[in-house]
Amino acid sequence: MNTSNIPEMALEFGLSGNEYELTIEILGREPNITELGIFSVMWSEHCSYKSSKKWLRTMATEAPWVICGPGENAGVVDIGGGKVAVFKMESHNHPSFIEPYQGAATGVGGIMRDVFTMGARPIANLNSIRFGSPDHEKTRHLVSGVVAGVGGYGNCVGVPTVGGECTFHESFNGNNLVNAMTVGVADADKLFYSKAAGLGNPVVYVGSKTGRDGIHGATMASAVFGGDAEQKRPTVQVGDPFTGKLLIEACLELMATDVIVAIQDMGAAGLTSSSFEMAGKGGLGMDMDLDKVPQREDAMSAYEIMLSESQERMLMVLREGTEDQAAAIFEKWELEFAVIARLTDTGRLVLRQHGAVVADMPIAPLAEASPEYDRSWTAPEPRAVIRVDDVPPPDNPSQALKTLLASPDLASKRWIWEQYDHMVMADTVSGPGGDAAIVRVHGSQSALAITTDCTPRYCQAGPRQGGRQAVAEAWRNLTAVGARPLAITDCLNFGNPERPEIMGQFVGCVEGISEACKALDFPVVSGNVSLYNESDGQSVQPTPAIGGVGLIDNLDATASIAFDGPNEVLVLVGDTTGHLGASLYLREIAGREEGAPPEVDLEAERRNGDFVRGLIQSGRVTACHDLADGGVYVAVAEMAMASGEFGADLTLPDDAGTPHGFLFGEDQGRYVLAVSEMVGRAILKEAESAKVPATVIGNTGGDSLTVDGDWPISVSELRAAHEDWLPNYMAQD
Amino acid sequence: MTAAVIVFPGSNCDRDAAVAIERAMSKAPLMVWHRETHLPDVDLIILPGGFSYGDYLRAGALAARSPIMKEVVARAEAGVAVLGICNGFQILTESGLLPGAILRNAGLHFVCRTVALRVENNRSRFTEQYALNEVVHIPVAHHDGNFRAAPETLNRLEGEGLVAFRYCDDDGDPGDSPNGAARNIAGILNDAGNVLGMMPHPERVADARLGGTDGAKMFDGLAKVLA
Repeated sequence: MNTSNIPEMALEFGLSGNEYELTIEILGREPNITELGIFSVMWSEHCSYKSSKKWLRTMATEAPWVICGPGENAGVVDIGGGKVAVFKMESHNHPSFIEPYQGAATGVGGIMRDVFTMGARPIANLNSIRFGSPDHEKTRHLVSGVVAGVGGYGNCVGVPTVGGECTFHESFNGNNLVNAMTVGVADADKLFYSKAAGLGNPVVYVGSKTGRDGIHGATMASAVFGGDAEQKRPTVQVGDPFTGKLLIEACLELMATDVIVAIQDMGAAGLTSSSFEMAGKGGLGMDMDLDKVPQREDAMSAYEIMLSESQERMLMVLREGTEDQAAAIFEKWELEFAVIARLTDTGRLVLRQHGAVVADMPIAPLAEASPEYDRSWTAPEPRAVIRVDDVPPPDNPSQALKTLLASPDLASKRWIWEQYDHMVMADTVSGPGGDAAIVRVHGSQSALAITTDCTPRYCQAGPRQGGRQAVAEAWRNLTAVGARPLAITDCLNFGNPERPEIMGQFVGCVEGISEACKALDFPVVSGNVSLYNESDGQSVQPTPAIGGVGLIDNLDATASIAFDGPNEVLVLVGDTTGHLGASLYLREIAGREEGAPPEVDLEAERRNGDFVRGLIQSGRVTACHDLADGGVYVAVAEMAMASGEFGADLTLPDDAGTPHGFLFGEDQGRYVLAVSEMVGRAILKEAESAKVPATVIGNTGGDSLTVDGDWPISVSELRAAHEDWLPNYMAQD
Repeated sequence: MTAAVIVFPGSNCDRDAAVAIERAMSKAPLMVWHRETHLPDVDLIILPGGFSYGDYLRAGALAARSPIMKEVVARAEAGVAVLGICNGFQILTESGLLPGAILRNAGLHFVCRTVALRVENNRSRFTEQYALNEVVHIPVAHHDGNFRAAPETLNRLEGEGLVAFRYCDDDGDPGDSPNGAARNIAGILNDAGNVLGMMPHPERVADARLGGTDGAKMFDGLAKVLA
């Protein structure tokens, strides 16, 4: 590395000319290479949220059950019984495209660290992954590597991967998305935060040694890909899930004592961001001896030590005098333990190496006064609303259904989730394949319902509605299993924010998310922004992935999507107009990606969902499924396939309008319930008084699906098409 | 009776096994750290599932050389019941308590799914609650479950009735194994019948809430026999 020309290096490190001037102003002199590296990662988009924070502040983040909102390692909500749920979702898109196995594995490892840093034992992992077109030459390799990486880390650590989503679109050809979510449970009175306190207290490094991997990873994740993505492989971190597992156990063991003052994991920007954040939040300084940092390689420079993103490391502030007690625990787990710094009152980070001061920087301006941009943005032109009559009907609806169920987005993802241990910890009541996973709170009769969701094609078609829809669908998924939705984490994946049309997508989606969060009392408690997801000028579809968490008080009153038997009545809850704009039918059957997305009426959403949840909690619903991609017909087919044997006869209501609009339309705020005939009659009345639209649309029975007695197709034929697509695709050379 | 669960660095089904034992025996097992060199008097030793030592070198190879394993081998030879589940089975073959070796799955992927097993020996203390040839459903979750042994060893295991469980279809007929194991073998006993190694996880189906109780029979049976 040429270190003679600092201004040139600043550009190489991703700092703008103005940002470089600011570093000189803050230091009162030109930064050295180590300091420059620190400035550049702290002010990278990834760490500073400089393009997004203006908008993130507008989000709804509060509710009576929220204990800790955005700003800490993860969000915290009260789940009763003296327990809290701690959760967050985070992206690892760029590294996973460069090196899919390690990129995905360290994404999972990183998000688990965020959660156990707060004192919670991780109890569930989920993910939201998006790949390019199945026809693209890299897609199969990326799917294979990402899935193996997600499983490789989670399986080894022994935290079940209980759900997720995986879709394909050509916009992701040059930039796949890997978003990982972890949910943990902690005692409400045993939470840990990152604010350093106590002059002279020891700052302790634990976990793995520091190596030369992942240097400048945060900067790489803050730039678009050109043709040189492959060359960035050295910036990808390498995970060691075995050490990750030991680190969880050692940290939780130490947390059971009372020696920790503050704790922070070393994620993006490693030792740099963890030390700045801890000292910055506490208004203190830190005097650090880099010679004490456990190192994997010889002759590491201060710059390399501070910028390394080696995995499985934590920084903590202990109470003075408790070092030996803490060290014994890490010795038991055979992990590194070193006192590397002391807290000072200087407000500065002073780094020493080989007896000399190698960096001396004020903390507040870096940690808190980092740049913030009000990027210019333009709202996209609203798309025309497509009328049902403008969309050709299928020749044979049941064959169209089969085509949809075997299309890449809807096809069974069993090939993926069977590579994830979704049962370890022996509390998975309902794993992958349902509307939401259900994970019991260990040793209790309550459970968390968890889901991840987003429909990128809606966000592309209309960012505001797309943002609303992502939140509403997560809320609906939780409702459909009988859970009370509590809060969300979000992972906002967009292209280059310096392009006004991309920034417009971001602003629109955030606006929609905020509206939905407020209307549904479903606040954002944690999240992550990933920008610059584009390659050679092609941006990904806007993808604000939402991870939702809900509470089930009584495990005896939940619902699954599987039909439980024949002769049950199917009740459709919610309004159906036959909206086919931006639908899966339009794309997969008619070959058109156009039209406005469905509107999300948040009042109706709430009314319908509250009604359905009440029915499930009263124990009267035998199966429930929320309606999403592919509409009523796909939902009923999924309920039949999940049952293993029972089919259904659908009856088009008198006011159904055009059959393909009714069957495949994607109007929002809807559910299909299976109930006994007697319950069916009762709930139609209850729906009427609750002003909730509800209609009988058929009944269960037989071993095939029919519509008004026509177009019979056997459930086993549908299941074969649905199950075979992904394994067949992955088996091709 | 008293049970012990051995905890290796990287074990991750130790708690699950402890919960299943406590449910069956109304008494929590001892959790014994791998560095211990002495085991208290116990009637049952469980080597739990997980990734001991990160599966580095070979699955189970390093754990088999942990300090506590000398004690486990001595107790097994003295007739104490030892149950190795998944990684525990790998440790049992690596430590020589059971014959054969366990290789990477034939499909090369980690596989987690509930599989059908046929009970082939219901005379052991682990399996006496099952009917002979009963089909049970128990999940597997492993990357290395492909049991292999020399043909003469396999013949001997079969001839002496030491195959405890075999992968089958829902009707009990030979079916696809999830891992390519020789002769569809999912679990085997030692000659004396006091050591069982199996890839499937009975502790994951010991609670009706989790979708099955076919594994509970094993723990209930042990509680009865060892009481």
